[in-house]
Amino acid sequence: MNFLPLWRYQNQLIDGAIVTLELTVISAVCGLLIGVAGAVALKGRITPLRWLVRSYIELFRNTPSLIQIFIIFFVLPTFGLKLPAFESAAVALSLYFGAYSVEIIRSGLDSIPRSQVEAGQCLGLSGWQVFRHIVLPPALRNAYPAVTSQFVLLLLGTSLASQVAADELFHVAGFIESRTYRSFEVYAVICVVYFAMAMAFKALFAIIAAAAFRWPRRR
Amino acid sequence: MRSFTLIDLVSLFAALRWTVALVVLALAFGAPLALGLALGRISRFSGLRWGMAALIQTIQSVPLLGLLFFFYFGMPVFLGIQVPAIIAVTVAYTLYTAAFLGEIWRGGLDAVKQAQWEAGACLGLSAWQQFRHIIAPQALRLSLPPTVGFLVQLIKGTSLASILGFVELARAGQVVSAATFQPLLTYALVAALYFALCLPLTLWSRSLEARLDGSR
Repeated sequence: MNFLPLWRYQNQLIDGAIVTLELTVISAVCGLLIGVAGAVALKGRITPLRWLVRSYIELFRNTPSLIQIFIIFFVLPTFGLKLPAFESAAVALSLYFGAYSVEIIRSGLDSIPRSQVEAGQCLGLSGWQVFRHIVLPPALRNAYPAVTSQFVLLLLGTSLASQVAADELFHVAGFIESRTYRSFEVYAVICVVYFAMAMAFKALFAIIAAAAFRWPRRR
Repeated sequence: MRSFTLIDLVSLFAALRWTVALVVLALAFGAPLALGLALGRISRFSGLRWGMAALIQTIQSVPLLGLLFFFYFGMPVFLGIQVPAIIAVTVAYTLYTAAFLGEIWRGGLDAVKQAQWEAGACLGLSAWQQFRHIIAPQALRLSLPPTVGFLVQLIKGTSLASILGFVELARAGQVVSAATFQPLLTYALVAALYFALCLPLTLWSRSLEARLDGSR
């Protein structure tokens, strides 16, 4: 075991980690937007739209992320839509994260009892005020743990983008391996980097939760 | 270049065997280990609790792809001998399964009220009897829906073995796609096969969850 040959590739590792973070954040933001739109559609009255969102969720949650990335990258070009590797992975991961987000956001909204909404209306609050002050804060708190753990899974899942040669961390690992032939050492280091990033996000999310959701829980 | 024939379809179905085999291997070794981790997490000894928690956290904070490569290249380094790829892959999937199932089952065990253990103790049951006859049945019922849900994750996760060259469903898809130049048809079929495996489990998990909700 010899980790020294890896030392001179630290710039590549940092670049790879940055691309991984970019891919994660872009996919998370787009995925959450899909999630909000999907949850609104599921709550809405348009039956075909609800049906469409349901099929989307089942389709993307019951097939491997890797295959989804392959389909975006290898199959869309046959329809004349050729996306570069990073963009393909971002689209695929956004759709994957979105499918999970819809369910998380919907169940967060559903966790607020109907009686609380009615209580708000009795106090003379408008529809928006009821949503903003009564439904949203506890719904956010209820959905928060699921969203953050899904985010960490997304961070780890971006490693699949290496399979279409997007320049993220895992792809960088392959590059360094091909230069140094230190396969085990490279992947051990890569695992540690992912671990550190995942832990940093978990800590950050815990701090945000402690600051944002301070009001007491009802028992 | 050749067209997509019946043989390609058969080779995709044949590759399903490896997908199923990997799932079975992961569960066969991972589930007992998961039970150990879950019991360690609720143990009286704080050192054991912390150690198990750290182990679970670590495995859950590394990509599955990273675990696979770590053990694929690491097993010869650890053991000093070359091992067949299947062993390295099995070790990685076992640890992955153990960490996630262990945490799910720990949640199930925690959800059963402490008073139930005490009630068992009051009846003169040994610790093992309390677990076996009072806690485990209730915890099992509570953790069955997420356990089935994880099974879906595991099936999807076996697609990563393709990257190490295992000819399971995802890899067979790549091979057929490259040979026939029909990525659309091939990957649609591969996705449909995964979907056919996973959807029944997803629906089952959901119905179990609904049943649990109604009984509360």
